[in-house]
Amino acid sequence: MNPNVYLYILVMAVVTYLIRLLPLAFIQKEIKNTTIRSFLYYVPYVTLAVMTFPAILTATSNQWTGFIAFITAIVLAYRGCSLFKVSITACAVVFILELFL
Amino acid sequence: MEGNLNYWKKGLGDGIPVALGYLAVSFTFGIAAKEAGISVFQAVIMSATNLTSAGQFAALALIRASSGYLEMAMTQLIINLRYSLMSCFLSQKISKKTRFIHRFFIASGVTDEIFGISTNVKGKLNPYYTYGVISVAVPGWVLGTFLGALSGNLLPGRVLSALGVALYGMFLAIIIPPAKDNKIISGIILVSMVLSLMFTQLPLLNKITPGFRIIILTLLIAGVAAILFPVKEG
Repeated sequence: MNPNVYLYILVMAVVTYLIRLLPLAFIQKEIKNTTIRSFLYYVPYVTLAVMTFPAILTATSNQWTGFIAFITAIVLAYRGCSLFKVSITACAVVFILELFL
Repeated sequence: MEGNLNYWKKGLGDGIPVALGYLAVSFTFGIAAKEAGISVFQAVIMSATNLTSAGQFAALALIRASSGYLEMAMTQLIINLRYSLMSCFLSQKISKKTRFIHRFFIASGVTDEIFGISTNVKGKLNPYYTYGVISVAVPGWVLGTFLGALSGNLLPGRVLSALGVALYGMFLAIIIPPAKDNKIISGIILVSMVLSLMFTQLPLLNKITPGFRIIILTLLIAGVAAILFPVKEG
């Protein structure tokens, strides 16, 4: 038992919480600047796209099942399926394909 | 008040894919925590108070190496700095009428996934929606950690492998529909993925950690897009 582990956890938790809190606490007014507003508008698309690809290819035990899950999710999302349906179908496709690999 | 309850319920439902994805990731974290020599209880406390996958995995390596506390603080700052960018976005997504105290609670749940799902909300973000997502996602994260640390071979590898794509499927379900009728957003997504791939493959660029890759590409791509294609107020 390392008694310091709790101190490590405390340090981590405080730092991580402050990173999350400070912008939320300090930027209370509505930003009027069009460029900044546009930047923030585009932020989620970039961050989520960057996080998804190519990471999804290494998320499963086989690169190809990851790739097929990627294509499946794009097609279903394009057709307007719900978050849950897209997510679960991608998982199901991987599960079924890996039964045969 | 009844409206808030409905938002909470909506968040609860939308949070299910997040919880499933978290279960898979935190299960792996639990196994790693056990291997790093920390107790089941400590692993659970870490998950409940931090809610950050990359940060927690990095922390295990530091704990195992008995690193200094300052080093721990700096590592978390670097790995998790992307959250501040997400918080900037959320600061504008919250209605001015929402009481200030809610910002403290929303902050506790700024993760890649909860942020992602919050951006999917039309119009302003009702904090109770986020609380709904948190109510199902955080237990998933903590439970997965507990199960993984308790018994690494409880969930078969096949199931873990399949659940591994849950979060990415969700991300795609968030970004693809708005891209359908918007060439600018489609282009941004395509450029983001291509550059992200390049950053993981090209020499030197692949030395950049995932956290910084996200920050650099977000500043770069969203920045250029904001200058080239300013959004007209709707």
